[in-house]
Amino acid sequence: MQNLNFSAALPEILLLIAACAVLLADVLKRGVWGLDVGRTALIVLILPVLAILAQLGQPAQHALNGMYVSDAMGHVLKLVACAATAAALVYARSYAVDRGMHRGELYALALFALLGQMIMISAGNLLIVYLGLELMSLSLYAMAAMRRDHAISTEAAIKYFVLGALASGFLLYGMSMIYGGTGTLDLAKISHSLGGLAPANAKVLIFGVVFIVAGLAFKFGAVPFHMWVPDVYQGTPTVTTLLIASGPKLATFAVAFRILAGSLIGVASDWQQMLLVLSVLSMVLGNLVAIAQTNLKRMLAYSAIAQIGFVLLGMLSGIVGGSTNGAADAWSASMFYLVAYVLTTLGTFGVMMLMSRDGHEADDIADLKGLGRRNPALAFVMLILMFSLAGIPPTIGFYAKLTVLKAVIDAGMIWLAVLAVLMSLVGAFYYLRIVKTVYFDEPVDTHALSPLPSAHALLAINGALVLLLGLLPGPLMSLCASAVKQAFGG
Amino acid sequence: MTNSISFLSAAIWIPILTGLFLLSFGNDRNPAVARTVALIGSLAGLLATLPLYTRFDTASAKMQFVELMPWIERFGVSYHLGVDGISLWFVLLTAFITVIVVIAGWRVIEERVAGYMASFLILSGLMIGVFSALDGLLFYVFFEATLIPMYIIIGIWGGPNRVYAAFKFFLYTLLGSLLTLVAIIYLYSKSGSFSILDWHALPLSMAEQIPIFLAFLLAFAVKVPMWPVHTWLPDAHVEAPTGGSVVLAAIMLKLGAYGFLRLSLPIAPDASHHFSGVMITLSLIAVVYIGLVAMIQTDMKKLVAYSSIAHMGFVTLGFFIFNQMGMQGGLVQMISHGFISGAMFLCIGVLYDRMHSRRIADYGGVANTMPKFAALFMFFAMANSGLPATSGFVGEFMVILGAVQFNFWVGLIAATTLILGAAYSLWMYKRVVFGAVANDRVAALKDIDAREWSMLSLLAIAVLVMGLWPRPVTDVSEASVRALLQHVAVSKVK
Repeated sequence: MQNLNFSAALPEILLLIAACAVLLADVLKRGVWGLDVGRTALIVLILPVLAILAQLGQPAQHALNGMYVSDAMGHVLKLVACAATAAALVYARSYAVDRGMHRGELYALALFALLGQMIMISAGNLLIVYLGLELMSLSLYAMAAMRRDHAISTEAAIKYFVLGALASGFLLYGMSMIYGGTGTLDLAKISHSLGGLAPANAKVLIFGVVFIVAGLAFKFGAVPFHMWVPDVYQGTPTVTTLLIASGPKLATFAVAFRILAGSLIGVASDWQQMLLVLSVLSMVLGNLVAIAQTNLKRMLAYSAIAQIGFVLLGMLSGIVGGSTNGAADAWSASMFYLVAYVLTTLGTFGVMMLMSRDGHEADDIADLKGLGRRNPALAFVMLILMFSLAGIPPTIGFYAKLTVLKAVIDAGMIWLAVLAVLMSLVGAFYYLRIVKTVYFDEPVDTHALSPLPSAHALLAINGALVLLLGLLPGPLMSLCASAVKQAFGG
Repeated sequence: MTNSISFLSAAIWIPILTGLFLLSFGNDRNPAVARTVALIGSLAGLLATLPLYTRFDTASAKMQFVELMPWIERFGVSYHLGVDGISLWFVLLTAFITVIVVIAGWRVIEERVAGYMASFLILSGLMIGVFSALDGLLFYVFFEATLIPMYIIIGIWGGPNRVYAAFKFFLYTLLGSLLTLVAIIYLYSKSGSFSILDWHALPLSMAEQIPIFLAFLLAFAVKVPMWPVHTWLPDAHVEAPTGGSVVLAAIMLKLGAYGFLRLSLPIAPDASHHFSGVMITLSLIAVVYIGLVAMIQTDMKKLVAYSSIAHMGFVTLGFFIFNQMGMQGGLVQMISHGFISGAMFLCIGVLYDRMHSRRIADYGGVANTMPKFAALFMFFAMANSGLPATSGFVGEFMVILGAVQFNFWVGLIAATTLILGAAYSLWMYKRVVFGAVANDRVAALKDIDAREWSMLSLLAIAVLVMGLWPRPVTDVSEASVRALLQHVAVSKVK
């Protein structure tokens, strides 16, 4: 009871107040300084961001009796998550207005989902992990179902809810087994207790690890726990898709890091095997099935599965023959990969939302035809994003692949690296096809594209960032590396 | 060693920045401005490369004009540039060809002019980057990045089947280079450095050298292209716009051959010797078999495309017989082929712009209506078949001499190129240019204008000067080639 240290959790506290303020503003029908609820949400989001920025560079702090951790890795991931939510809301503005979604619920729920992500990222206890996860998931389920009159959307929401609840169940079951095995829910204490476990307890613990990994794989959308991904991506409104595709992956990564690399590093060889299977299956299935898609969102869903395979590849490659010396490098590679991926994904769905208009979703690949003529700036951003997803230099996606491949090769798993590059060759095909549709095909849809200036400008910055970080990837790479190193206590 | 003025960086970034400028501010309403900006940019790029030649120290085999800056500190990657006698001429060639390509596209390209010019300028900067990169990752980044503008060039301004050709080009080359990426990371993991010069000194066992050599081989053989991974080239050439074909043949193919000299041979010398028999065989197949394939083509661009493969077979042959004559001959051949194949594609482009056909059968008697053009075309066709006093002869002769030193029979088979080259080049020339006027459309042809005349005669001068006086090329490369051969002769297996 002595060490509450609330100030460490200041970003979350501010975000909670901000989200409540948005709810109130909606009820009272007035925003800050006469702004509408969407803009209010963006403005109040600045508060938690400032709080995180103020914490940057400080040594790791524990709060609420170890329930909560605030460290460099958390700061980086939280900043990216905040940026992702903010960008999604900017891109979504006219999209939401057209679809009658421009209401307080959208913005409040987005902020609550973000709060859930930030709690997951900073969790120091399995219960807090679960709490954050549920807060995030429930907000997103509701957002997926926001278009009540839309059949596909409703179906996707039900699927997302049922399978998401199943995943939460897995995770909770795994946590209970870990508790049974070690007698604690505190992540720091679990790792201490691993050494002296009785054989029966150790067995229970391993069972628990299996369920934890399965639950995380569900949330990541890794094969064979990927079934919800394509349907949910395709069915939900694009703004929700973007929110599902970005922040939750960052938060799940943080949880995976804190549980697997933090607490359970002692049984690394057990979870390494599972991640290996998940990773290989995800890369193969994701890339191959993506080729057959005609719906852009569905294609991006399979592409997300394939990209997660790469993230998992980095996570598993830090352990060589029981030695965990390379783990910091490997996990930082994964983190860099994920940040790069989120940055790129934001832009892709952003383009899609900017192309949509009232009653037209613009989510088929064919909708992109001739974009190069209709709007050269949007088209060029799309070109950069697609080459980044394909991992072609000079974009950030290339360096993401490079760092992960380096971790894999350092671990001596050359065959895995070869498999990974062959699969990214397959991936290059369907990303190239998007470029082809954008630039080589003649436009079919001749509606004038007139995106909001704010969204257009943000998209230009988004594209420029993908390119600029491709020319100078060093700082972000080092940031990820030092953050992960600090989390490992180095 | 570090130079106060960064000529190499200027040669790389002037075209790229001009290209980006065109992309951001160019629009389709005033193409004339885009053309002028592109011409100025390409000329400025060419000017930036000239001091490289005049200030080059031919006695030294060391890297010159070195620029070294940290780039990605986490991996120890640096922005490390430099040229030696092997790469210098490619830098000059690239800058020169870019000017020609801008002129060639001056009137022909009417749609999306700014984008067209920007693609070529960016491509030019990237290719110079490949030739001057001394950091493995920087090399790879430039090498891969060249795919993007070329993919766009073929896909937007190409012929009817352009999408297929663009995909085939991109995926084929990507397949090779992705495995190279694995090899590059392995080398880094092993040596702790991305510097190519460090890799040259890195001892490697045979079990490591062989996979590394094969990974590099896949990338470079596709790019060269060597038989049997050449099939993307005819498709790409046929569908690409004239400028695209010129850059592809004159420079992009050289990226692969250059890769052999910069990476494969010095990093894996033992594996290179181990596989030299295979490489020589593949090269000879390219020379003879592809030479025969070229002969039966009915499409002029395809014919020149196959002739390029055959000529590049000569280059790889020259490299893998491991003697001074052969390797220098290969280098001369590459530069010469850059001029000649570029000129051949421009000539075909001149005809295509007028007739919109590349089929040999649609032509005949062009000499009657286009005498000036016929004379220049004749000169290039002769050069393509290796006529003495043209640059085509010098390279082929040197490689054949080197091959005879190595093994008489290899030399003999290689020498058939003189017959085959003459057969396919001159036979095509005869069918297109000589004879009676074949049809009304040929009768209506107009001879080349000043713009076309100037670009072709610039190339003709280059071919002739190099044929009569190849010393500038051979002198520059001599010390570096000797050093490379000495390096390759020493085993790395400890």
